Amino acid sequence: MRPSVARLLNILVPVKRAVDYAVKIRVNAQQTGVDLNVKHSMNPFDEIAVEEAIRIRERLKETVKSIKVVTIGPPKSLDTLRTALAMGADSAIHVEIPESAPSPEPLGVAKALRAIIDRQKEAGGVDLVILGKQAIDDDSGQTGQMLAGLLGWGQATYASKVDIDAEGKVATVLREIDGGSEELKCRLPLIITTDLRLNEPRYASLPNIMKAKKKPVEKLKAEDLGVDLTPRLETVKVAEPPKRVGGGKVESVDELVTKLKEAGFTAV
Amino acid sequence: MLRLGAVRRVSRPLVRAYATPASPHALVLLEHRAGVLDSGSLSALTAATHLGGQVTGLIISGPDGGSVVAKAKKLKGLTGLLHSTSELYSAPVPETVSPLLTALLGNTPYTHVVSATTSFAKSLLPRVAAQLDVPAVSDITSLEHDAASNSTTFTRPIYAGNAIATVKASSSIPVKFFTVRGTSFTAAPSDDNTSVDVQEVDPVAVSDSPTEHVKTSLTKSDRPDLGVASRVISGGRPLKNAETFQATLYPLADVLGAAVGASRAAVDAGYADNSLQVGQTGKVVAPELYMAFGISGAIQHLAGMKDSKLIVAVNKDPDAPIFQVADVGLVADLYEVIPQLVEKLKQ
Repeated sequence: MRPSVARLLNILVPVKRAVDYAVKIRVNAQQTGVDLNVKHSMNPFDEIAVEEAIRIRERLKETVKSIKVVTIGPPKSLDTLRTALAMGADSAIHVEIPESAPSPEPLGVAKALRAIIDRQKEAGGVDLVILGKQAIDDDSGQTGQMLAGLLGWGQATYASKVDIDAEGKVATVLREIDGGSEELKCRLPLIITTDLRLNEPRYASLPNIMKAKKKPVEKLKAEDLGVDLTPRLETVKVAEPPKRVGGGKVESVDELVTKLKEAGFTAV
Repeated sequence: MLRLGAVRRVSRPLVRAYATPASPHALVLLEHRAGVLDSGSLSALTAATHLGGQVTGLIISGPDGGSVVAKAKKLKGLTGLLHSTSELYSAPVPETVSPLLTALLGNTPYTHVVSATTSFAKSLLPRVAAQLDVPAVSDITSLEHDAASNSTTFTRPIYAGNAIATVKASSSIPVKFFTVRGTSFTAAPSDDNTSVDVQEVDPVAVSDSPTEHVKTSLTKSDRPDLGVASRVISGGRPLKNAETFQATLYPLADVLGAAVGASRAAVDAGYADNSLQVGQTGKVVAPELYMAFGISGAIQHLAGMKDSKLIVAVNKDPDAPIFQVADVGLVADLYEVIPQLVEKLKQ
């Protein structure tokens, strides 16, 4: 009997460097954006994406040929790539943009990712792209869907469970939807975006952090990919949201009930 | 094939004076489930009317969509209604619906594509926008259209609602896609005296969709829907387990006729279903009354509820950040407070 032909999967994981989720952000004085001289880290949803790629390899072993991470961002975004490499990705691509350049929009990022996927054709192509469902800075939640649209690939957004059948090149994905969940059967190549519940990302161990320093990082510029990352929407202003002032505390349940009744909230 | 000719005839003026910008014409995706129009879509319709032009609704449905169409015809603010029905749309996925939208938008005068910020629309709209090579604006809270320059300015929360960005989509973006935060606009009412004409649009066949819907599991609940409830009772980590969560919060929710929500901690620990999560990564609510029990008030949670009218917080920790936004705070053990509240509210 002939051994079955190994299907080799190549996984691409785009990641973003963003202001750390725990930082209380401040709008700058010029009202053009937020103060970025604060702690940054990998977008939490992207950590989940990296983790999922690694878990898929842990399940499918050699069937996963490569896990490549990519970021589009200023020089410091390299740290984010190193974090992903330390978690277990094999190699990275850094599409570097100047520190002063405005943050690219999802459509620009999706186009850059499409160009990167095109360039991977010689290396066996890309079978699976796993992205976070949204970046916690711009909260757009569009890039994965846009990339799927540009490529004409299937998409499974807000994934909470992913099961890959490498042999059949299909994935079964459970996704979070309003009011519950939904199961999809998707043909590869596929775009997946991660929900919080997909997994619990691992911490990189010190030896892995050291090893990650030796893993290859390819540097590219937007021009190399032939994409224009200039935003098409104009950010007119960034402002503080209206301040909400706490109304103080009450001492007892009775007072609380009185306040509720005063405001018109009674039993129905 | 789409009957694009017919669509065009109704919506485009026959003669247009030179250099007069096109008046806005929004296409609003009207979502529905089990014969009921999604309330978020009704808010999206209201937002679309703020553009100041024509507003065409779009209903896609399986073969049983007739009752929803009948309801949608009466919606105030609509100037037209398109209906496309197919087995494909009974359990729609973006891959099967996006060809219909691209075909509709390819040769018609729509200037805006509008939807609620629902999980379906969030999956669909960016896909279509990218195929038309235009950006999209997510989860807007206000908008203003300038007909003279054909530009639309939106506000939307960024950084989990800790900043509000004002973004402008200029005339260089021919079709402006945006999703609407439901809690920022009132729902468009129905009017029995109005009835717009319904135009049937042929579905676009997709023979080889890369994704296939297998099944949907919805969380059953007799309580009001969390996204639109006027009162929400929410619980956090101290609720211990799913049984305690229900036994503790549900009696109070029942007394107040409230929906039940949860913090991420409570959801992650399995006390409550995912669909009940309030916050940046869950639902954004803005009820008349939001009561938070045992919720510390992390940035991500506040992002989902700080536009509520009256916020009540009960927490043992006097320094919990939730007290900074609460209108009424009580430092106490929720297990002692809730039974008393139930009793006293009943009186």
